[in-house]
Amino acid sequence: MDQSTIDRIKADPNFQRLVKKRSRLAWTLSFAMLIVYYSFILLVAFLPDVLAMQPFGDSIITLGVPMGVGIILFAFLLTGIYVYKANTEFDRLTAAVREHAE
Amino acid sequence: MKPLMILISIALLLTSGTAMAQTAEVTEAVGGSSWTSSIMFIVFVIGTMGITYWASRRTKTASDFYTAGGGITGFQNGLAISGDYMSAASFLGITALVYTSGFDGLIYSIGFLVGWPVIMFIMSERLRNLGKFTFSDVVSFRFQQVPIRVFSAFGGITIVLLYLIAQMVGAGALVQTLFGMSFEAAVIIVGILIIGYVTFGGMLATTWVQIIKAVLLLSGATFIAGMSLYFYGFSLEGLFQAAADRHALGEDIFAVGGLVSDPISAISLGIALMFGTAGLPHILMRFFTVPSAKEARKSVFFATGFIGYFYVLTFIIGMGAIAFVMGNPAYFDETGRMFGGDNMPAVHLAHALGGDLFLGFISAVAFATILAVVAGLTLAGASAISNDLYANVINKNATNQQEMRVSRVATIILGIIAVLLGIAFQNQNIAFLVGLAFTIAASTTFPVLILSMYWHDMTTRGAVIGGSLGLISAVIMVVLSPNVWVQVLGNEEAIVPYSNPALFTVTIAFLGIWIFSKLDRSKRAAEDRRRFEAQYIRSQTGIGINKAAEH
Repeated sequence: MDQSTIDRIKADPNFQRLVKKRSRLAWTLSFAMLIVYYSFILLVAFLPDVLAMQPFGDSIITLGVPMGVGIILFAFLLTGIYVYKANTEFDRLTAAVREHAE
Repeated sequence: MKPLMILISIALLLTSGTAMAQTAEVTEAVGGSSWTSSIMFIVFVIGTMGITYWASRRTKTASDFYTAGGGITGFQNGLAISGDYMSAASFLGITALVYTSGFDGLIYSIGFLVGWPVIMFIMSERLRNLGKFTFSDVVSFRFQQVPIRVFSAFGGITIVLLYLIAQMVGAGALVQTLFGMSFEAAVIIVGILIIGYVTFGGMLATTWVQIIKAVLLLSGATFIAGMSLYFYGFSLEGLFQAAADRHALGEDIFAVGGLVSDPISAISLGIALMFGTAGLPHILMRFFTVPSAKEARKSVFFATGFIGYFYVLTFIIGMGAIAFVMGNPAYFDETGRMFGGDNMPAVHLAHALGGDLFLGFISAVAFATILAVVAGLTLAGASAISNDLYANVINKNATNQQEMRVSRVATIILGIIAVLLGIAFQNQNIAFLVGLAFTIAASTTFPVLILSMYWHDMTTRGAVIGGSLGLISAVIMVVLSPNVWVQVLGNEEAIVPYSNPALFTVTIAFLGIWIFSKLDRSKRAAEDRRRFEAQYIRSQTGIGINKAAEH
């Protein structure tokens, strides 16, 4: 790729929009995942008693079990959101950028 | 392909011969006639070999060998990714962890899973747009070829070997349980099968075997979990109560246990499991076996779903094993040791709930799982040697054919080393061993990969020194940790008290890269920084990618 192509792509408003939107979504979702996961890990490390609480009446199931399963579901959900956005909006913008560059 | 046929016949002769000789012992070991299970097992192994043979005749170019020619759909690739992931470690190791320490097993499952979305959000897209299918191809886009490839070859081989140990231990225990032979003989047979399998099939074979096996493993695990619940009227509460009644820990199996007792190890484990995924060589390759970016993304979505579902099942299966296997004299010898070692609760549970036929089925699926995962790994290791060291450093004019030949020799050598290490580590929990492989990946390849794409100031020197510091510190701290220094090497006391060092070693790698890049004033450093922009544009848009990765 020569310098003039690089400059042309960088100046393309569609490119700027693509990069901005995609980074914003990617980082938002990543932080969501990191916060949820590391809150859990910090509970494991420092407050294991919280995870061992049995909040469901007579049931022996502890808070940790539904929390763990919840994190797995959360990860799946986040992936779904990203795939949906990328396969519609981002691909459209990418196609526009490529057309403009070639 | 003559050598292949010979290899297969040797392996089968060995397997069936030992099976016949040892039938009496096996019958005792699993508490019933094991002919059904042995036959089921052998038929299945021959089946996977058949697929390999079929695939080997269609493997024409190096690109076919590594990426299955790019002709796999998103759904298929999603199954194949989950196949890579639902390895012996997940199925045997996590169920075994749940069996011994309950909730701690779930902590591992979660860690293995949450790496996925993050890799996808911040890395997969950019890698794909670059059109490079191995870690070293990605980083050598910007950096100086020779040093970065030598580094990535060593990092890759170390990760692959650790991961291989885990799989070998699982496969060995499985064959040992089923056929009653010694662990050493079992591991050697597994080694021979694996070498034959990878040498002749390549990635196309492993992709298809992964797909088939993922489907079988998911159905098998669903059946075991379902049957466990069936005996308690499909009540989770009932099953969990039964498990708590039977287990020595009682209701504490649903609380954080001894496995991740100190905070440093817990946080380290969290870091290693999450970021290690991003640095695993055989997982990165999977983004390139599908034709379009759309399909690649869908495949990650499907994979996350399958893997998440599977991990929920492993927790139920572990509980089922406590309820049905623990304390059942059919599965323990006189000294109270479980037949086949500590990684076998899921296999014994399959027998307790589904009899011999189902035991054979589950063992065969687990074995094929291991075979396929190991094949993928060995392939990644072999490609590190043939592509990075040989074709790009030692012999720059290597032909496609020469590269393939080196790759096959490398496969055989890696297989032999894996067998030896497998024997040394036979008593370790395999999920834990996989955790260590993740630690190395998180401290070595992950920091280099992520910074090379996000930080324009990074230089070749920074990458090589920082990454090497991560690799060396991780290897040293793992060797000095209680599990290796005391349990494998037989020393009195561990020098490093933490079972997982990722918190320190990942930090060392990032700091090393940062400091040595910042200090780098060489000519090459200016070149590395200048090249960032072209890489950035391409990784955002895919413009300039060669058509080969897109077909």
